[in-house]
Amino acid sequence: MSIIIKNKSDILSSEITDQKIYDGRREFIKNMGLGTAALLAGANMSIAEAKTQAQKYKNLAKSQFSTTEKLTDFSDITGYNNFYEFGTGKYDPAKRAKEFNPDPWSIAIEGEVEKPGVYNLEDFIKPYALEERIYRFRCVEGWSMVIPWVGFPLADMIKQFKPTSKAKYVEFVTLYDKERMPGQALRVLPWPYTEGLRMDEAMNPLTLMAVGLYGNELPNQNGAPIRLVVPWKYGFKNIKSIVKIRFTEHQPTSTWNKIGPKEYGFYSNVNPEVDHPRWSQKTERKIGEPFWAGKHKTLKFNGYGEQVAHMYKGMDLKKFF
Amino acid sequence: MEAVIKSNRYVLKVNNSALFKPFVFVLCLIPILNLVWGGFNQGLGVNPAETIIRSLGDWALYFLLFTLAVTPLRKTLGLSALMRVRRMLGLFVFFYVCLHLTAYVWFDQFFDWDEILKDIIKRPFITLGFATFILLMPLVFTSTNKMMKRLKKRWKTLHQLIYPISIMATVHYFWMTRADFRQPALIAVILTGLLGYRLYLVYQKRQGIKH
Repeated sequence: MSIIIKNKSDILSSEITDQKIYDGRREFIKNMGLGTAALLAGANMSIAEAKTQAQKYKNLAKSQFSTTEKLTDFSDITGYNNFYEFGTGKYDPAKRAKEFNPDPWSIAIEGEVEKPGVYNLEDFIKPYALEERIYRFRCVEGWSMVIPWVGFPLADMIKQFKPTSKAKYVEFVTLYDKERMPGQALRVLPWPYTEGLRMDEAMNPLTLMAVGLYGNELPNQNGAPIRLVVPWKYGFKNIKSIVKIRFTEHQPTSTWNKIGPKEYGFYSNVNPEVDHPRWSQKTERKIGEPFWAGKHKTLKFNGYGEQVAHMYKGMDLKKFF
Repeated sequence: MEAVIKSNRYVLKVNNSALFKPFVFVLCLIPILNLVWGGFNQGLGVNPAETIIRSLGDWALYFLLFTLAVTPLRKTLGLSALMRVRRMLGLFVFFYVCLHLTAYVWFDQFFDWDEILKDIIKRPFITLGFATFILLMPLVFTSTNKMMKRLKKRWKTLHQLIYPISIMATVHYFWMTRADFRQPALIAVILTGLLGYRLYLVYQKRQGIKH
């Protein structure tokens, strides 16, 4: 082992701390602290702040389906998630999905379809014009948010792949990779997470494939890089981190339906008239409002009846809940 | 063996300390003070109502376990000082149960008595939770020295209600849980140990009578 002892002349002047900085070293450290504080404040970003952030998706088309309701804070949308792939606690995904890298990502198209195959994400979303959709989001647990998604209609994508006449349903599958999704080490749910829609539901203009929110890419805890958004159904239907889309003739099972068929139906449309067996669905708590402020009445189909009610005409929604 | 532990100087110190009871009293207030503090400092998370209701329920259950742990700890470690705080721990169970119930009535139902009644009738986990609250009342009303004297032997029998109460509270927790049962399972394991210890005592006593 040789020890290199530098001569005085070997030390570059740029390596030496500037006298000004040295003199102001306490100030310097204090500023570093402020920087950290600003960083931490980022985790508590308000709407205005989130909007002024550098946006990846620019000039997004506005949608006639967007609500004008007050948006839920970015920090709430990204800090309170049910994403059991990253832990069963609501605050787990924000912490445990940090390491997750959704790049590269590919999506398999399978089943009753003319153009099956495996596509990489960029090619997969390239053909579609992204738009902003501000939707109400109602969790089956009784809370709700207003979220500015970025995405494209699922219908546009389905048309591209040309489902056959046998395709009556669409099944979605989340990534199953214990290494990357630590919550999957625990068998709280039968992995991988799956969800399904009837073909007309999938083709409904409201149904969205989301790739972002608040003008930026989807945060990991919200289902990066691509997820489903079906605003008239309970949150758990909005499957995250999708790796497979399968067109089927028969109704697919969905994860929550499998473990609790009496509590979580295949349709799971937001419906104040049909209680969850363990709690009423008549009201909801709007996240972001003071907790003593009271709840709001839940609307049938989460307020999207005009666009979706016709699909369920003649169906007993108490039976097909 | 027991005698050795009993003469342990730390155990003796605790047993003889006049500060033990006030010390435990202050400890028992930490969970509620913590919630109040969080309430004023945005420390209750994204869904504060949920945090408050859940946390109060958790602590009610923890205090139930603490109360049930008094006898085993006293007998195995010789910590007779615990007997001086047993009633207080029991009353703290009721304190946190009342706050838990109040938080549900206020921040979950906003005093909608119709809905609350429906919940109690229709939802098994709420029915059970409410029944647990009702069953705690006679124990609270008979917790005074005066009532102890008046009820004599029946007092002990009455207060054995705490055993079914503890099982009901744990089942209440199980029935409200969705998918991840690790936490209620842990509570159930600890409770099984604490109740199992009582069965062991009964068994031992019977053996003693036989001999």
